[in-house]
Amino acid sequence: MHAIVEYIRGYLASDQTPGAAGNWFWATVYILLVFVGLSIAVIAMNWLERKILAHMQVRLGPMRVGPHGLLQPIADALKLLLKEDIMPAEADAVVFWVAPFIVVLAAFTVFVVVPFGPTHAITDMNIGVLFMLGVSSLAVLGIVTAGWASNSHYPLIGALRSSAQMVSYEVAMGLAVVSVILMTSLHGLGLYGVGGAASADTGTLSMIGIVQAQLEQHEWFIFKFFPLGLIGFFIFAVAMVAETNRAPFDLPEAESELTAGFHTEYSGFRWSLFFLAEYSAMIAVSSIAVTLWLGGWLRPFPNAWAGPRWDFFFSLFPGITFLFLGGLCFFSAARMPKHPYFRIQTLGLTGFGATLALIGLVLFLPGVRERVGDIFWFSAKVAAFMYLYIWYRGTFPRYRFDQLMKVGWKVLLPTGFALLILTAVLGFVEPPVAAWLRGVL
Amino acid sequence: MNPPVGTPFFFYLLSATVLIGGVLVITRKNAVHSALALITALLAQAGLYLMLYAPFVAGVQIILYAGGIMVLFLFVIMLISIERSQKERQFNKQWLVGIAAAAALGGLFIAVYTKGKSLFPEGSLTYAEAGNTQGVADLLYSQHSGIYMFAFEIASLLLLVAIIGAVVMAKKRI
Repeated sequence: MHAIVEYIRGYLASDQTPGAAGNWFWATVYILLVFVGLSIAVIAMNWLERKILAHMQVRLGPMRVGPHGLLQPIADALKLLLKEDIMPAEADAVVFWVAPFIVVLAAFTVFVVVPFGPTHAITDMNIGVLFMLGVSSLAVLGIVTAGWASNSHYPLIGALRSSAQMVSYEVAMGLAVVSVILMTSLHGLGLYGVGGAASADTGTLSMIGIVQAQLEQHEWFIFKFFPLGLIGFFIFAVAMVAETNRAPFDLPEAESELTAGFHTEYSGFRWSLFFLAEYSAMIAVSSIAVTLWLGGWLRPFPNAWAGPRWDFFFSLFPGITFLFLGGLCFFSAARMPKHPYFRIQTLGLTGFGATLALIGLVLFLPGVRERVGDIFWFSAKVAAFMYLYIWYRGTFPRYRFDQLMKVGWKVLLPTGFALLILTAVLGFVEPPVAAWLRGVL
Repeated sequence: MNPPVGTPFFFYLLSATVLIGGVLVITRKNAVHSALALITALLAQAGLYLMLYAPFVAGVQIILYAGGIMVLFLFVIMLISIERSQKERQFNKQWLVGIAAAAALGGLFIAVYTKGKSLFPEGSLTYAEAGNTQGVADLLYSQHSGIYMFAFEIASLLLLVAIIGAVVMAKKRI
């Protein structure tokens, strides 16, 4: 027992990802943790999306199952698992069966390289960004095969739309990403310990390296070469919505035209796999955006407000957030109707709030506090993107397909090229100009 | 640098996947099944590249072949009538040429396998995984060691011509 505790403590003190340490045991633990965290996030997103959308449309949203509909996702999951699994008569059985798994695998595999912190990643790959883009682009295969295998008109049209859309927007997305990779190499600050001083002008594709580049250059890449970084971020932010087939680019599953698009014929467990994949893909692309432009796991102002005092101040945020959520639950519980009919719901909500508050208190412990800060900031930034996704869905009407193609090929792509060239030129010109300016002033 | 884990296991697993996928590509009557088998083979091949400490090539393989080209393949295949193509004969009558080509390739493999030791210089491998992408970039673009810069530019010019040619041929009025 003692040996196990010592082993865990010895690991926690190390400053490596399990992949870099070559430790398969911790790698498995991390994979399980990421999987569980992701599933919880998807469940939470399911509830939040319905609630937030409802409030945007001045409705109440789910209110019946559990207090404020908190247990609704669990009820939904139960319903999906118990539902009859239907396969169309003329469907291609094998492909129909495989397609949802392709989508889920593509969505989950990318989390191997997502850096929740400098050591909180399953592994760090030399080709991190390339790997994420490549594997997440495999999801389109699952969507296309799902639409084709259903042997039905609406799914086929949905699949065709989705393949055209995803392939088109991948190009613009790639250009925006390349401009960031250029930025990692600037000022002779490239490589961050990977290649040493000999190749200081070389950038990096590693997800952890990109965040470290932003730390070293004292700047999130969204603010780099203002407004170039911002434009790149904008291109990515538009393309990532199209890549994940979400409103306003949800043409592959446009319910007013195609019933449910490529997954019209899917039901029960298989449909829930598509659902799971869609939300984890959203989290995955959001974490790419956060890593590339918004400083990944870095807390706000890591350089300007450095020092133990600021570190302490910012390390309080995770606990405060959970306490706040717990307080919100208590507040809602106090506002519950006093009728005995609502007794169980009130008790449940109080219990939930107490759990959240307890987690918040645990997060204040010194050992925990320092360890979870990076995960908290990363998740907070990703959560902001998740809210944006819901906000888009509540605000924008759906694009027409020709408009979608026009935006992708005639607006985002040329902008992306111009952005890439300008970034390269500025990166070349900036150091001498900055030196000259410093001389003049 | 830590030693790789379970190398023989992963090598045989990935190689078997490549081989089975490759065989399925030519034996399946349904073109979509063939395309899916080809994707599996290409992905397993990317895994083999990873095992050879060439992560950049593996990433490019996934993005270009599995994610880009195969999606377009599927896109086209889905639009043709599967029922009609399933009735067509799968193999043409050029088995003589086929056997000759297979024999030549097999002979080459056997020759390499038996004489491999004397053909290739002996030396231990340096694990270049951590700097693989940077190494490729250095060879292509670096001021001092960028020996493939010219070849790279020529290749990109060719690709540009191909892209413009595709647009010109596909569009009736420009």
